[in-house]
Amino acid sequence: MSSAATVLYDHPGPKAKARNLIFSIIFGVLLVLLVLWVLDKLNSKGELTAKKWEPFTTSNVWSNFLLPGLGATIKAAVLSVIIALPIGAILAVGRLSDHRWVRWPAAVVVEFFRAIPVLILMVFAGEFYFQYTDVPSESRPLFAVVTALVLYNASVLAEIFRAGIRSLPHGQTEAAQAIGLRKTQMMVLILLPQALTAMLPAIVSQLVVVLKDTALGSIFVGYAELLRQANNLTANFSNSVATYTVIAVLYISMNFILSMLASWLEKLMRNRRGGGKHVPRALDPELEVRA
Amino acid sequence: MNFDFLSNPDYDILGAFWVTVQLTLLAAAGSMIWGTILAAMRVSPVPLMRGFGTAYVNIFRNTPLTLILIAMSVVLSNKLGLVLASKSSPTFIKDNNFRLAVLGLVIYTSTFVCESIRSGINTVPAGQAEAARAIGLRFSQVLWIVILPQALRSVVAPLASVLIALTKNTTVASAIGVAEASLLMSTMVENESDALLGVFSIFALGFVVLTLPTGLLLGWVANKATVKR
Repeated sequence: MSSAATVLYDHPGPKAKARNLIFSIIFGVLLVLLVLWVLDKLNSKGELTAKKWEPFTTSNVWSNFLLPGLGATIKAAVLSVIIALPIGAILAVGRLSDHRWVRWPAAVVVEFFRAIPVLILMVFAGEFYFQYTDVPSESRPLFAVVTALVLYNASVLAEIFRAGIRSLPHGQTEAAQAIGLRKTQMMVLILLPQALTAMLPAIVSQLVVVLKDTALGSIFVGYAELLRQANNLTANFSNSVATYTVIAVLYISMNFILSMLASWLEKLMRNRRGGGKHVPRALDPELEVRA
Repeated sequence: MNFDFLSNPDYDILGAFWVTVQLTLLAAAGSMIWGTILAAMRVSPVPLMRGFGTAYVNIFRNTPLTLILIAMSVVLSNKLGLVLASKSSPTFIKDNNFRLAVLGLVIYTSTFVCESIRSGINTVPAGQAEAARAIGLRFSQVLWIVILPQALRSVVAPLASVLIALTKNTTVASAIGVAEASLLMSTMVENESDALLGVFSIFALGFVVLTLPTGLLLGWVANKATVKR
């Protein structure tokens, strides 16, 4: 990135430096004015008083609301990923199968669950468990959230695995065939493990998506995750600004750490493979952006 | 499967999907503009703008969309007093929430647009920018006249997946009561409990119909638009 950033403009001389400084000052003043306006508004509504923010310094708020919420968020995310990983691997292998009757159903499943919103899946799953199963009502929200996240993320992970398997050098397949491995053995022993390592950064960044999507559980199915706790907190302390700020900071720091981990893994792998010979960079463009 | 609910006049399924389409188109236009400005800031020579762009993207990309939309309603509208519709209008709450939802979707989606465009800028060969600088263009001219037109052509495919993700993300607007597809579906699964599978298939079909042609059409555009090098 830095190379492209510097190629766009000349190294600033005295004139350009002065101009950049002026732009910085104008932009900075505008930003400061915006922040002051927001703070003034919040202050006039009494949202900045110590009383509204103090609850977050007490252990009671953390142990009764924030930590259980955080735990529920992490629980749903981790469960979803653990279940989605093997299903994703199976779907990926299915899509690469030599048999049309395996390839096609796998493709339909993957494309279908990638095309519809997670929230729609969640509403359906919640009602489905309510009507057709005897899952106890207190664990139904968790079931609905995890089911929807598994269906969607298994499909996304399937595409990640498929891209990973296809990015491997063809010699891997040839060598496996030469030593007489069967197709299943080749897939399980040779291709999948390499695809999994090559795609580790992509899988870790998918974790960010899962973690954010757990918040959808607060809308219809009523899963008591971190965002849902905001209702309880604001009901007790009527401090919505403080509550949403603290919760946003929690989400942002978790996701930021995961993103850092992903880019660290990517760098580590590029170095380990000797200058990035086979690290797949340009994947299916759809995998590059996961909003 | 039971599809009796289709003839029930209480359920305006097409109307709900029309709201989804409106949310998508308005938010897409807004995110495209704001995302391009953010990308320009992130590659600009002004350090403070670069810093702001980086901070903005890292903050809003890592926040759940649900939280952003709820904050739009609870913090921005109720506490900061940002009202996006005329208070005397009989449809004030509905209009205000719809516009807040569009704004929230723009705030979130523009980070992905920004990152796509930034990666597109990287695909433009360095010689293009060097040549532009050599004939004496300023940074703004280098960016708007030479680099961005080429960069945008190479990011049609990633922007298409952002658009598809945005279409699906509009369902989150139900968190602040915008009457789009998922809100209607949640009402319907409760009322039409004997037709759960039918209701689900209709809404799933609706989203497949919205996202699949978008992907195919923009995939074709991407092939046409790419600069062959």
